[in-house]
Amino acid sequence: MDLNAIYTIWLREIKRFYRAKSRIIGSLGMPFFFLALMGSGMNASFSVPGASNYLDFMAPGILGMVILFGSMISGVSVIWDRQFGFLKEILVAPISRVSIVFGKTLGGATTALIQAMLMLLVSLLLGVQMPSLRGFILVLGFMTLTSVGIVALGLAFASKMEDPHGFQLIINFVIMPMFFLSGALFPLDALPAWLKTISLLNPLTYGVDGLRGSWMGVSHFPLLFDFTVLTIFSLLTVYSAAYLFQKSEV
Amino acid sequence: MNAIETKDLTKKFNGLTAVDSLNLAVEEGELFGLLGPNGAGKTTTINMLCTILSPTSGSGKVWGFDIRRKRNDVRNSIGIVFQDPSLDEKLTGFENLDFHCRLYNVPTKTRKERISELLKLVELSDKKDHLVETYSGGMKRRLEIARGLLHHPKVLFLDEPTLGLDPQTRRHIWKYIQRLNREKDVTIVLTTHYMEEADFLCDRVAIIDYGKIVALDSPDKLKDTVGGDVISIELNNPEKFEELLCAVRWVKKCKTHDGFVDLTVDTAEKRAPQVIAHAQKQGLKIKTIKMREPTLEDVFLHYTGKTIREDEAKPLDRMRVRRRALHR
Repeated sequence: MDLNAIYTIWLREIKRFYRAKSRIIGSLGMPFFFLALMGSGMNASFSVPGASNYLDFMAPGILGMVILFGSMISGVSVIWDRQFGFLKEILVAPISRVSIVFGKTLGGATTALIQAMLMLLVSLLLGVQMPSLRGFILVLGFMTLTSVGIVALGLAFASKMEDPHGFQLIINFVIMPMFFLSGALFPLDALPAWLKTISLLNPLTYGVDGLRGSWMGVSHFPLLFDFTVLTIFSLLTVYSAAYLFQKSEV
Repeated sequence: MNAIETKDLTKKFNGLTAVDSLNLAVEEGELFGLLGPNGAGKTTTINMLCTILSPTSGSGKVWGFDIRRKRNDVRNSIGIVFQDPSLDEKLTGFENLDFHCRLYNVPTKTRKERISELLKLVELSDKKDHLVETYSGGMKRRLEIARGLLHHPKVLFLDEPTLGLDPQTRRHIWKYIQRLNREKDVTIVLTTHYMEEADFLCDRVAIIDYGKIVALDSPDKLKDTVGGDVISIELNNPEKFEELLCAVRWVKKCKTHDGFVDLTVDTAEKRAPQVIAHAQKQGLKIKTIKMREPTLEDVFLHYTGKTIREDEAKPLDRMRVRRRALHR
């Protein structure tokens, strides 16, 4: 483990993120419209058990969506580093592969968190209920934990991918189902049994549930349970990403 | 001490042998060239030496460190400029160099100084705060060479350093490479498939084909093995002409390729009229006739029975197979 190397790789992620800020803002478009248009539209016709209204129910889910997209994309973005050759510069340096994975994970999580904070601000402007201070701190914790796990998952995927075609595949067949089956848009209880089972296998479910519990005070599972599941998920994915990177060549 | 030593170094990709029992010794301070067509195994060799590919069998040492067991020591001792670009185009030139310094633990105090010194060397000081995506191909190459030197490597690997660059930039880069080798005392190993590059730059050249060294010596000595001047004749029936001339006493060697017959003779000026006379006697039509001193191209032809260009044009499949294998 090499703190200097981790910091260097983290710093690069931040610089690149800063350079691409217009694209980042653009990527918040989809979650914004989900919340602003779909959320407001549904608000009138749906009531959700526990939450005061649908918008309040949906806002933590949309936060989870931003974390999911931001984290997964920055994890998988290693395939662009491979495509454009920069990965070789990193792999040939006298630093451990574990440091590379840690640096990338922390960098990706930081940038995903910045996007999520922007989204949180936007939701408040749209009239979503303010979290308490304690709730806000818990929200930060759940966002970080979820993000770390998903960035590492993206890294693990990317270490096995040779060309950027896989990128679209991940978006359509991993990100989308993960989002829809996370309880972000509808409560888990109302789902048919088979869908509920799949949802329970989805790590994002616990992220969204944790966010909703911290923010709105209503959750499907106890927060400690969400926290435990996410911690195990993150440890597993970081470990797998580090393992797969150890083995990857050029 | 030898800067590089390999013993039966071998790499196979799915049963295809890219590097075949390579035995190599590069001396400290040498400017050493690996010359061969695409797919000959040059890049694979370099990638193994710089520890990003594991050898299938055999062993190697770089600066005294085993390439399997002492990876980090090897990595600390070497600099490398890869064949394909490996810069972050969304960062500035300076940021790319700064990133490298941090990864190689160049002390904060000397970092700025060293970066500006190297930027000056490759004449990019005024462009350092521009994003790399705005650089020309030659500028990117120069930046990569500067980057490879930031941590004061003992051995610098240059994989096709001038591939795809215009002649002027190529000359420029040759000048840098020579200066580095002489003034900074860096051992340099470069791969190339440009004959004139190997000839101009290298103290010694290893000619590689199908993963094996077929000849290894200084460019001058290699050219001596060809044994004289070369007369190259293009005419309508090269096979017949080759057969005819082979029997002539003063023709040391003859070889047909791409419609040309290459004759090795003692003095080209003296023998050319005689060659023409022979052709006319047989009623053969000469299209062109060229005379030259032997080049490394002739050496390659001598040892492998084909020209480098010929080899690149035809077995495209071989190249593709290897490319694919390399990306695995």
